[in-house]
Amino acid sequence: MQVEEFLERSARHFPEKTALVCGSQRFSYAEVDRLSNRFAHALIRCGVRRGDRVAVCLDNCSEAVFAIFAILKAGAVFVMVDHTTKSERLHYILNDCQANTLVLPSDKLESFQELLEHTSHLRTVFIANLKGSLPAGRSRCFISVSEVLETESFGDAAPAKQCIDADLAALIYTSGTTGHPKGVMLTHLNMFSASNSVISYLENNSEDVILNVLRLSYSYGLYQVLTGFHVGGTVILERSVNYPFLLFEKIKKEKVTAFPMVPTIAAMLLQYDLRQHDLSSLRYITTAGAALPQHHARKLRELLPHVKIFIMYGQTECKRISYLPPEQIDIRPNSVGVAIPNEELYVIAEDGRRVGPGVVGELVVRGSHVMKGYWGLPKESERALRPGPVPGEKVLYTGDLFKMDEEGYFYFVSRKDDIIKTRGEKVSPKEIEEVLHAVDGVAEAAVVAIPDEVLGQAIKAVVTLREGAQLTKQEIFRHCAKHLEDFKIPQQVEFRAALPKTPNGKIDRKELRSPVETQA
Amino acid sequence: MEQIEQELRQFVVDNFLFGEGESQLSNEDSFLEKGLVDSMGILTLVNFVQEKYAIAIADEELVPENWDSVRRIATFVQGKLSVTK
Repeated sequence: MQVEEFLERSARHFPEKTALVCGSQRFSYAEVDRLSNRFAHALIRCGVRRGDRVAVCLDNCSEAVFAIFAILKAGAVFVMVDHTTKSERLHYILNDCQANTLVLPSDKLESFQELLEHTSHLRTVFIANLKGSLPAGRSRCFISVSEVLETESFGDAAPAKQCIDADLAALIYTSGTTGHPKGVMLTHLNMFSASNSVISYLENNSEDVILNVLRLSYSYGLYQVLTGFHVGGTVILERSVNYPFLLFEKIKKEKVTAFPMVPTIAAMLLQYDLRQHDLSSLRYITTAGAALPQHHARKLRELLPHVKIFIMYGQTECKRISYLPPEQIDIRPNSVGVAIPNEELYVIAEDGRRVGPGVVGELVVRGSHVMKGYWGLPKESERALRPGPVPGEKVLYTGDLFKMDEEGYFYFVSRKDDIIKTRGEKVSPKEIEEVLHAVDGVAEAAVVAIPDEVLGQAIKAVVTLREGAQLTKQEIFRHCAKHLEDFKIPQQVEFRAALPKTPNGKIDRKELRSPVETQA
Repeated sequence: MEQIEQELRQFVVDNFLFGEGESQLSNEDSFLEKGLVDSMGILTLVNFVQEKYAIAIADEELVPENWDSVRRIATFVQGKLSVTK
């Protein structure tokens, strides 16, 4: 089965049912399908062909959902890019995957103008929420999304299918240790397998109403739409969690049954008096992206005794890896649970042999949800995907150290690399260090994670200055805000006279985590 | 009112714009639309307002109508202060 069929099948079974709610907009399955078809025909007319990459840089809005399904219906590969992404990273991604088409909101046009001029493969830019008139492009064609969606003549029926489930459906960019994002290649089969598995342990069905506050550029957020549509449920897209009171109202009004979140959101919600609100419709809460602190889990269960809490663990490379059955939360509070359905998980030692309970080793994932590799990075792909038990098969080496208990429950120990997990997202210290090195006056910079109650891990930058240079923390923050997505901006900046080094000359990251103020 | 607006503006500029872009920020700019303040930022703002103006804020008052721009917060704070006086 192909991913766009999640929508098409539900549109046949439940044409009049509400599929999508975004703010005051409501769309039935038939409408989402029809609008996605029009958009797909427009893409094809603009030259999008089977296997082409189409980037979508939108926040959580209905156009983003239409774009995803339109791209799939056109036989192409969708590439979600966070809407807070700055020019350099978008430029890198567009060039890396050689996208020929981009979907962009109107208000980003000005800041990305130069980038658009210098992205050689890009032919067409679709503009959502167009304000004013379309820009005149010499080398690029600009098209208004709303005009496409309103134009019946594009065709309301689905374009003829060209793909099979072995074709790529999506590239999802994730932070790598090199500092450059890597495009995780996922086929239709990968996404179908992951969706089915998640649906089966969460027992999703057409009665579910999913409140999605997670960004669609994030695999965890994207899959809320995919699994919601797969079962014929209703997906409510929210742009932000800034106003929890409005979310509580929404849960009551829409009778929300499912509320996926990252621990940072859980921490924030717990600052409100949940008992004051009618949250009786909620069936489950899921958390992923980072470990849910035990007292948060306890508090949620105490305040919402009718709600099942699923603690989960995953990686973009295969979407989901494990889940802790809700009844185990008190028995094994430190565990990330068991393998998801239709998946095998095991721990291996340095020599590649499987190890038994209690022994720490690298976690390996086996199943049809495992990615095909990183786009254009054969070496990195080879490192992550290695031969499995069946000849020709590839299994995923997660780079995460784990151990298993006697009953087959898994426990996260640590990462093998320095990747930071903040607000549930992977952040490469190297990427931030490169941005810091570009600040005039900075001699050396190192970025480390420090524990944080709300964020999971907070980002700390330690900086040394060139002789005579004068920089304030504000200037460092400002520079970071210009060049990095919001969640990558360090929470702390510390100036030091020199960076501590290990005997072999490497930066001693352990030492950097404790504060030493040497300069104002 | 003007003083409150100025104080709030300064807080937003210092904490969310890192001291820059003062001239680019209008007091009517929507924090949500401009992506200026995230959920943690709103809580920071709420704490600042509660302490600075010694007012209590109920959950139901935490809505964009009251918090989504410098001017909206100033109007909201002014309203709360005039009630308590």
